[in-house]
Amino acid sequence: MSEAAKADTPFVTAAEEKVAAATQLQLTWWRFRKHRVAVISGIVVIFFYLMALFADFLAVTGPHSTDAARSYIPPQAIHWFDQDGSFKPHVYALKGRRDMRTFKLVYAPDPSDRRYLKLFAEGYSYTFLGLFETNRHLLGLDRGVPEDALFLLGTDQLGRDVWSRLMLATRTSLSIGLIGVALSLFLGILLGGVSGLYGGVIDTAIQRLIEILRSIPTIPLWMGLAAALPSDWSVTQVYIAITVIISLIGWTELARVVRGRFLALREEDFVTAAELAGASRLRIIFRHMVPSFLSHIIAAVSLALPAMIISETTLSFLGLGLRPPAISWGVLLQDAQNLQAIAIAPWLLLVAVPVVIVILAFNFLGDGLRDAADPYG
Amino acid sequence: MAEPILSVRNLQTYFRPDEGIVRAVDGASFDLYPGRTLGIVGESGCGKSVTARSILRIVDRPGKVEGGEIVLRRHDGRLVDIVGLDESGAEMRDIRGGEIGYVFQEPMSSLSAFYTIGNQVMEAIHLHKRVTEKEARDRAIELLHLVGIPRPEQRVDSYSFELSGGLRQRVMIALALAAEPRILIADEPTTALDVTTQAQILELIRKIQEERKLAVVLITHDMGVIAEMADAVSVMYLGKIVESGPVDEIFHAPKHPYTQALLRSIPSVLAEPRSRLATISGSIPHPYARPPGCTFNPRCGNFMPGKCDQAPPPATTLSADHEVRCFLYGEGVAT
Amino acid sequence: MLTYTLQRFGLALITIWAISVISFVIIQLPPGDFVDAYIASLSASGSMVRQEEAQALRQLYGLDQPIWVQYWKWASRVAQGDFGTSMEWGRPVTEVLGDRLWLTVAVSLAAIFLTWGIALPIGIYSAVRQYSMADYAFTLIGFVGLAVPNFLLALIIMYFGFVLFDLNVGGLFSAEYQLAPWSWGKAKDLMAHLPLPALILALAGTAQLIRIMRANLLDELRRPYVATARARGLAEWRVIVKYPVRAALNPFASTIGYLLPFVVSGSIVVSLVLSLPTVGPLLLRALVAQDMFLAGTIVLLLGVLTVIGTFISDLILMWIDPRIRAGIHG
Repeated sequence: MSEAAKADTPFVTAAEEKVAAATQLQLTWWRFRKHRVAVISGIVVIFFYLMALFADFLAVTGPHSTDAARSYIPPQAIHWFDQDGSFKPHVYALKGRRDMRTFKLVYAPDPSDRRYLKLFAEGYSYTFLGLFETNRHLLGLDRGVPEDALFLLGTDQLGRDVWSRLMLATRTSLSIGLIGVALSLFLGILLGGVSGLYGGVIDTAIQRLIEILRSIPTIPLWMGLAAALPSDWSVTQVYIAITVIISLIGWTELARVVRGRFLALREEDFVTAAELAGASRLRIIFRHMVPSFLSHIIAAVSLALPAMIISETTLSFLGLGLRPPAISWGVLLQDAQNLQAIAIAPWLLLVAVPVVIVILAFNFLGDGLRDAADPYG
Repeated sequence: MAEPILSVRNLQTYFRPDEGIVRAVDGASFDLYPGRTLGIVGESGCGKSVTARSILRIVDRPGKVEGGEIVLRRHDGRLVDIVGLDESGAEMRDIRGGEIGYVFQEPMSSLSAFYTIGNQVMEAIHLHKRVTEKEARDRAIELLHLVGIPRPEQRVDSYSFELSGGLRQRVMIALALAAEPRILIADEPTTALDVTTQAQILELIRKIQEERKLAVVLITHDMGVIAEMADAVSVMYLGKIVESGPVDEIFHAPKHPYTQALLRSIPSVLAEPRSRLATISGSIPHPYARPPGCTFNPRCGNFMPGKCDQAPPPATTLSADHEVRCFLYGEGVAT
Repeated sequence: MLTYTLQRFGLALITIWAISVISFVIIQLPPGDFVDAYIASLSASGSMVRQEEAQALRQLYGLDQPIWVQYWKWASRVAQGDFGTSMEWGRPVTEVLGDRLWLTVAVSLAAIFLTWGIALPIGIYSAVRQYSMADYAFTLIGFVGLAVPNFLLALIIMYFGFVLFDLNVGGLFSAEYQLAPWSWGKAKDLMAHLPLPALILALAGTAQLIRIMRANLLDELRRPYVATARARGLAEWRVIVKYPVRAALNPFASTIGYLLPFVVSGSIVVSLVLSLPTVGPLLLRALVAQDMFLAGTIVLLLGVLTVIGTFISDLILMWIDPRIRAGIHG
């Protein structure tokens, strides 16, 4: 056994000195770069957050612009080449007509009415990154308003463009995840830190609290709390309240990680040194201890984020989370809640694709980070 | 002397992890005779445990027996090369426990905590003998009695964690002897035990060896244990046997500088009080970075530049069964 | 062992108390007291409540008294099995719940056994054949199971069931049994409908359990007792199944503490999508209608049942682990 263990000791390289001088965070980063799937996932996550940041720019039509005459239009085909073979992406305008037997609107593309795609086209106006008013969008049409002819992912029952709504939903859902995790993290570091630092009765009490919270089924609890939000609250108020409700439960796992690290660090010399130097508890925690296990925290956060996102999506899907006119992934999926809706407009389920991709990416990323932060743990 | 029961020739067991290759055992050879004890001695990491595990073909991955032969004379007189056997085949499993019993280093964790010790001993009996449940149980109690466990009728139903370290090691010996093997490999059987218990366990092994005419392979880093127990000694350094011979010759006239250094480092009650204990200078080289030539050369007091760091020294026969691998000897005899 | 049991029991009691407080808070949360809501809902349906009647109701629930007195009155009524009246249904909450609670339990238990049934063999295989193609494949499937929220999985399965097989996969009973009293036929019908929702629920938790089993077994496979078992001539698969798997089984089984609340949570959402006659759809409806006694009771009972389930499984775990039986922890 001892021989086998010996064999596991890594190569002694010339970079030994470099390794010895590296901080914990640098070490983690070096190890992380070796996980290819995790790195790709990290890029995917960044891509999605950029999408969230530029949601309005990427949207083509106003997400709230409704028109019964555009109800349930299926996703549209983009034609890349013009008749003469030149590269000129365009779409056909649609002609809607009511089927007199089923009374459903059916749409037929009109090949004679070509609308060419245009970059940086004009559309509805919005405030770009909260800085200035503009009406430029990444995509638009050369003539007519996009509301009438551009349906990349089709429309919902009220004739709203699914693509544009998806862009704005991404912003909401991803930001709720981020803010929720920030709140959980604060609670987690505070309670986990106190638990690990002081130990004794306080530790036992906090551990029991965590155990109790974890043994309660969360969804009925969230549902009960979320349902109690007054119906006259504004979108922003509900947004904040939902974030708080979700993070009220979400902090337990983070607290567990933090406490474990604190217990390990409590015995370290540099903490004692800081104590002897008369630093306050809070200063010791945030100035000395947190940086030394930052990589563990980052890993735990990237695993907590997808859980937050799923929670918000689930609550909104049930109609108890964010409510229209707010747009989030859960709100969009609510439109696809029953079989009738999906049977008529299966493209409404497409919203699930980014949800799954983001959650997967976060999980791979978090796994890679966790391995990198603590290869033996 | 009689025919050897086990004969190991040029055994090579290598570990091939992703980073490279570790030659844990690199050309070890020795013979084992019924009723006698062979001691294999060396620092930790020298390959002695891997050698022992290679004989049973239970080397952990990524380790593998890659060359040489291990010829076992089976109870019906057939000669079998263990290296040629299928690692998980019926014959190999029959040999494990049936012909060769194995006592491990860590009695604390070598028994499962989920089954009674009786269950584990009876399992070993059932694997090699056709007996009824009742007979197996009686035998298990008998074995526990044999290895000196008090009140075996009750202990048979206890769990390993209810026993002391010494008792656990006795159970391990009972386990190894369950199917009446003719060879016992004891891999650092006393390392994890306190001194008085060590002596008792060694005494037990010797007693059983006499009763059953067992051939014993005793693996240890402790020269004192070797002196007390072994008939012959093989000294291992970095996967190679650097010196082997009868215990008296090795102790009284050690030839290899490494053997000499090992003997100097034994603490002695007769030594001058507070005198400094001799140590071997330097430490074991990294397994991926073995020195060229004689692997002991960086730590050797008799290092000869241009010779010891060029090619590995060949084996030199000093007397009938005393061999050494060192350039200090046999100039002109070998090469 | 007795201390351990008492400790667990004490924690279960505290948890149940905490759940009761939370449920009470949920009942109290909507603005106005529930008698106002009751009067409003009655007058909406045309009947009027006299002033004295409203006063009597307020007194019965102690609404004119401090909040802890109200909690105490409510809690002592609940302890006697009186959960109040559902405003929306105009009937006692217990009556409205009917079989739904037990069907929730049935779906959740089926999901847990299925989760274990899937995760255990895959976890063992992945550990024994670490880094094999199948190990990677299972890991990937596990990740996907983890990433798809179970309501989404239910939606997708429902959609494909409809498109490909023209099948309505919802419900726990066929039409003819829906309102029928319990009989063998109905029970068999339930058994036939149970696997699909159970499978949907199971997939979400499976990934986590495979990882737990794989990691634990990888740890155990390196232990010396495995080599000991090999050295006595035991066949490889019997070595693995009898020793390391047995040892890895305990931490695996103890995941029930986290699995049970997780599955109960999931069952609420999946029940809604698949319109299962469990408490899920009822809870949503009660919350939307602000039928707080019904909603609070469901939250309370789900929580309490989960805690009891966890407690029972703790006891079983303790009983099967010789080390805990002997009073050695860890």
